[in-house]
Amino acid sequence: MDKEVGDPADPVTPILEVRDLRVHIGTPRGVVRAVDGVSLTIGHGQALGVVGESGSGKSVTAKAVMGMLPRGAGCSGHILFQGRDLLTLSPSELRKIWGTQVAMVLQDPGRSLNPVVRVERQLTEGMRRHLGVGRAEARGRAVDLLVEVGVPDPERRLRAYPHELSGGMRQRVMIAIALACEPDLVIADEPTTALDVTVQRQVLDLLGRIRRDRGTALMLISHDLAVVAGRTDRTAVMYAGRLAEVGATRTVFSTPRHRYTHALLEAVPTIDHERHTPLRLIPGTLPDPVAPPRGCRFGPRCTAVRTECGAPGPVMTPVGGDHRVACCVPVPPPDAPPLTGDQDGR
Amino acid sequence: MAGSGNAHLRGDSALLTVRDLVVEYATDAGVVQAVSGVSFDVLPGETLGIVGESGCGKSTTGRAVLRLDPGTRGTIEFDGERIDQARPQRMRALRRDMQMVFQDPVASLNPRRKVRDVVAEGLVIGGVPAAARTERAATVLAQVGLDEGRFAELMPRQLSGGQAQRVAMARALALSPKLLICDEPVSALDVSVQAQTLNLIEDIKTAYALTVVFIAHDLSVVRAVSDDVMVMYLGKVCEFGDADLVYERPAHPYTRALLDSVPLFDAERGFAGPALDGDVPSPLSPPSGCRFRTRCPRAEELCAVSEPQVREVRGDQYVACHFPLHDTDSGDLPIPTTQHASGR
Repeated sequence: MDKEVGDPADPVTPILEVRDLRVHIGTPRGVVRAVDGVSLTIGHGQALGVVGESGSGKSVTAKAVMGMLPRGAGCSGHILFQGRDLLTLSPSELRKIWGTQVAMVLQDPGRSLNPVVRVERQLTEGMRRHLGVGRAEARGRAVDLLVEVGVPDPERRLRAYPHELSGGMRQRVMIAIALACEPDLVIADEPTTALDVTVQRQVLDLLGRIRRDRGTALMLISHDLAVVAGRTDRTAVMYAGRLAEVGATRTVFSTPRHRYTHALLEAVPTIDHERHTPLRLIPGTLPDPVAPPRGCRFGPRCTAVRTECGAPGPVMTPVGGDHRVACCVPVPPPDAPPLTGDQDGR
Repeated sequence: MAGSGNAHLRGDSALLTVRDLVVEYATDAGVVQAVSGVSFDVLPGETLGIVGESGCGKSTTGRAVLRLDPGTRGTIEFDGERIDQARPQRMRALRRDMQMVFQDPVASLNPRRKVRDVVAEGLVIGGVPAAARTERAATVLAQVGLDEGRFAELMPRQLSGGQAQRVAMARALALSPKLLICDEPVSALDVSVQAQTLNLIEDIKTAYALTVVFIAHDLSVVRAVSDDVMVMYLGKVCEFGDADLVYERPAHPYTRALLDSVPLFDAERGFAGPALDGDVPSPLSPPSGCRFRTRCPRAEELCAVSEPQVREVRGDQYVACHFPLHDTDSGDLPIPTTQHASGR
């Protein structure tokens, strides 16, 4: 194959390690600390889900990894991709990583594809530049990729412009473009939010199949907890720029320990919700991004808040296995010890 | 699913009756058949949820009830009065009883008016004196959980999405309507705000004895608030009935597929059932017969030539399908034809 670094046989170095990431963005109202000391790790072939509401910093974290932060944003900390810190690499070194070894799938395929360029060129330009593949071979690979992502009649679709495709087809093309240079990590930022439920299902199945077949690591970002629940090994929950909780997906969803995760899970209606029974509420509103509360940022909305939740606030603390929580008053564990360490990094 | 037919209508007791609603738009590419012969009714005090994917006609149906768009055919009856032919002046009066809340809360508020004026606007048109308007605005703002002192003087852009949606609801309530049509009221909101807004809709429904038409693509959200549910696909009714029946024992293959596509929290399974293939066909040239047949795992030749009519499958549940799903345990479904295959 075409890559030499990031051998999946090297289990020691995670594919991506974000350490104490801080992103500051200047706005007319003041500085937003969009990401404020976040640390995350994704192992080879592993899927990490990142969930949170508006302003949680989940998308900004992904953009920092991809070098897509707005101009003027300040970024500090470490973003180690295969052990190399992206924040210290030269632009030419970064170009060999972005779009090739780590690729991104965005929310709105209608806006992230170039509307005036045919699918073929958008799909092949990466391989031709980064892999040095000739025109004919690139075309053959493009057809194979479209077949892989389930686009019917691929030869014809190569000649299409994005507007001639449905939303689901465009997102499949986006995924094919992301896969074109055989990345080791795919970052999918709300990949199904703009899609209908039956098409969302198809795209989620596709992402799962790609992981199985290619061993690609995945960072799946979503506001929809259920999207992440069934499709990831580990889950990180973010709130107002900080990490609230991280652990094995099964553990985080079955026995959340952070008060915010717990409240959020209770607030989501499920498909078997009994009609006209009130949903459990999280009181209050999301914090003002330019003036977040001191200490625990969820404190003002938390029903279990105590004095120790004020500044300096909670730090990430292990609560069993690799389940870690930043909460001064964590939800008590259930009677039986929670399942942990069940991520297997297939 | 090409549901025409009126088996599911409940007649004179309904507050809102819609029969054979047709909405078509002429475009450069041809005529878009947005809604094609949809009939339903809403009983006083109930919430009817309308679910379906993009292009199914659910929002168009909601707008057509208020006669917001031209190019609408069919019969619409509200509170015993035919309104499909009502003159504009009469319609303006009727809309006081029929209010709507839209998806994008900030865009649906006049950006140059203060919150108080937005809420009181309908009262101005109704000729209510200024002092009474201010008082009424304060009352409804309080009812939607917004403190008048803090919010009345704000401009819409100073509000969060959840607050703006509350203002939109206060504006609707100011006129004490009988019918509230909510078109995707929570889909632009964060999860925690969504829960607050859904609970608020339930609260004001009780407080004002409202009848609600709740349009949304999110099946879980619809379930939480609806008494009856109508499932639409490509401008037609697939299934109509008691929400618990439709969700727990869906009779239409499309309803089943929608439910099977909802991501579950259960990490083991992910989904309840198999995926549906393909995309929604173009409303410019919908398939013949049943419009769902091109994606339906149970489709047979009959589905291409004959449009299924809405018919009763069990008490309080109606389906427009030649080969509806039936319960393996009770087998209480009438089976339409002998050659009806086992399917999958």
